[in-house]
Amino acid sequence: MRNLILPLACLLAAVAAFFVFPYDLAFLTRIVIMIVFVLSIDLVLGYAGIPTLGQAAMYGSGAYAAGLFSIHVWGDPLAGLAVGALAGAAIAALSGLVVMRARGLTLIMLTIAVAAILHELANRARGLTGGADGLRGIRVDPVLGLFEFDFIGRTGYWYALAVAVAVFVLLAVIVRSPFGLSLRGIHESPARMTAIGASVYWRQITAYVIGGAVAGIAGALAAQITQLVSLEVFAFALSAEAVIMLILGGTGRLTGAVIGTTLFMTVEHIAAANDPFNWLFVIGALVLAVVFFLPAGLIALPRALTGLIVDKGGRDADRT
Amino acid sequence: MPTGLEVRGLSKRFGGLVVAEGIDLDLAPGARTALIGPNGAGKSTFANLVTGILRPSAGTIRFDGRDIGRLSERQRVSLGIAKTFQITNLFTRLTVRENLRLPVLEREGRCMRMFRPAQGDPEVEAEVDALIRQFDLEPLADRPVSDLAYGQQRLVEMALTLALRPRVLILDEPAAGVPSSETHLITDAIEALPGDLAVLIIEHDMELVFRVAASIVVLVNGRILTEGTPDTIAADPEVRRLYLGGEDG
Ligand SMILES: Nc1ncnc2c1ncn2[C@@H]1O[C@H](COP(=O)(O)OP(=O)(O)O)[C@@H](O)[C@H]1O
Ligand SMILES: [Mg+2]
Repeated sequence: MRNLILPLACLLAAVAAFFVFPYDLAFLTRIVIMIVFVLSIDLVLGYAGIPTLGQAAMYGSGAYAAGLFSIHVWGDPLAGLAVGALAGAAIAALSGLVVMRARGLTLIMLTIAVAAILHELANRARGLTGGADGLRGIRVDPVLGLFEFDFIGRTGYWYALAVAVAVFVLLAVIVRSPFGLSLRGIHESPARMTAIGASVYWRQITAYVIGGAVAGIAGALAAQITQLVSLEVFAFALSAEAVIMLILGGTGRLTGAVIGTTLFMTVEHIAAANDPFNWLFVIGALVLAVVFFLPAGLIALPRALTGLIVDKGGRDADRT
Repeated sequence: MPTGLEVRGLSKRFGGLVVAEGIDLDLAPGARTALIGPNGAGKSTFANLVTGILRPSAGTIRFDGRDIGRLSERQRVSLGIAKTFQITNLFTRLTVRENLRLPVLEREGRCMRMFRPAQGDPEVEAEVDALIRQFDLEPLADRPVSDLAYGQQRLVEMALTLALRPRVLILDEPAAGVPSSETHLITDAIEALPGDLAVLIIEHDMELVFRVAASIVVLVNGRILTEGTPDTIAADPEVRRLYLGGEDG
């Protein structure tokens, strides 16, 4: 069960962080939410090989849907998450029908375009979304009717962490399944997948929809915990940064998404506080170092180090 | 009702370039037919037309009497028409075992299953193990395909296609790039194919062709030059001059 060590260590670190950094819960919660979002990109880009720079389309849809749901219908957080997931899945399904017909650069441009269109729609529909002022007045009931959201953010942190763990476990099961294997097959060779009788198009749309639901959950979490949804949820920068976090940690590995996101956001947090003007250089240097020296991402660091010392033997292919 | 594959008047143009012109070819169950001809003759194009990767400009393709000329590549695979690629096309970062597991799962229609592991189904694993044994791949079974030598990858290529349990199998230069010390694995595998499987072998290795083929079709410039038993083809002066002659020196 070597594959469980790293994910469990991450979980342990997340629990410990609650006690070690009690004054940074808002920041820690942002990391956890971002991890859920980056996990969604890992399924789409890391496993299925769909190049996307527009995953914020689904994140933002989930955020607005969950926010509106809690204002106008019901304040239950889990119901809100479900609504966010549905919204993300629906947007992914609708746009996926068109986007998955394209390949390469065209596909990337289309994913960006979808997010940009939604950004504009949310901006225009002021009456509904609050436009540039953001969606305000989100009220969320206690989780399971028991745990009230407090302004220090304790409940928010545990709630986000529980959702992140659930999403991680769900995705870990999916990527090990026949469906997950077929996504990796598509990533490696779409032509061969067609030749063994798979419908690459529908398989990719399915992956995109699942990834969309997870991104929608991340957006919904953000809406519920910050009690605000701004137009930024559809921003290109959000999609792009999330992809960088994934590449930093290692694509096609769920734990890679966790590590990359945590590292990126921590470095950004510290560097931005120390030097608000030059912190981007730190991130840039970090990304370049990883791309050049660890193309498989930081998750490959232990193996790369042991590889320097021990002669590289058989590699195991069972990956999380 | 006629069984097997029946190709009539198959033609294909790329712009002004004619790469297939009025090809007639039958492949009954159990057939062992070789398609030979110089480079650029249109052999791979013919294979791509039959499997549905390319659309013909004219002509019909029937399978068990049914017109399959407008079916997609996927639909033809599910009817049992499969081919190996001339240039190895595998899932290079997946292990050999995973490469073979995928076509089995796909053939059984299990690839939309999300909540059980891909690994560990006893029937699937037994089939995968049998293929691994058949092609002498045991020591490499858990290595990523990218670790394998090209000749070994050719074996995986063939095993992967057989995992689809095809009824018509087209082998596009199965031995190309395989070191001669390992060619026997390919030849053995072809000889071990199920007796009722229809096999079309595109190959330059004449030793292999003469060993496994019961009939030979010679393709030149997209047209069938001649066809017959290996003996008649070997004796045909025009074939010797146009094609085999180059190898005799
Ligand atoms: N997609 C294509 N577009 C244009 N020309 C092609 C294409 N595919 C093959 N050809 C041409 O068709 C001819 C036959 O190619 P091919 O079928 O690969 O020959 P063979 O397999 O007998 O060596 C060649 O001249 C090749 O350049
Ligand atoms: Mg060829």
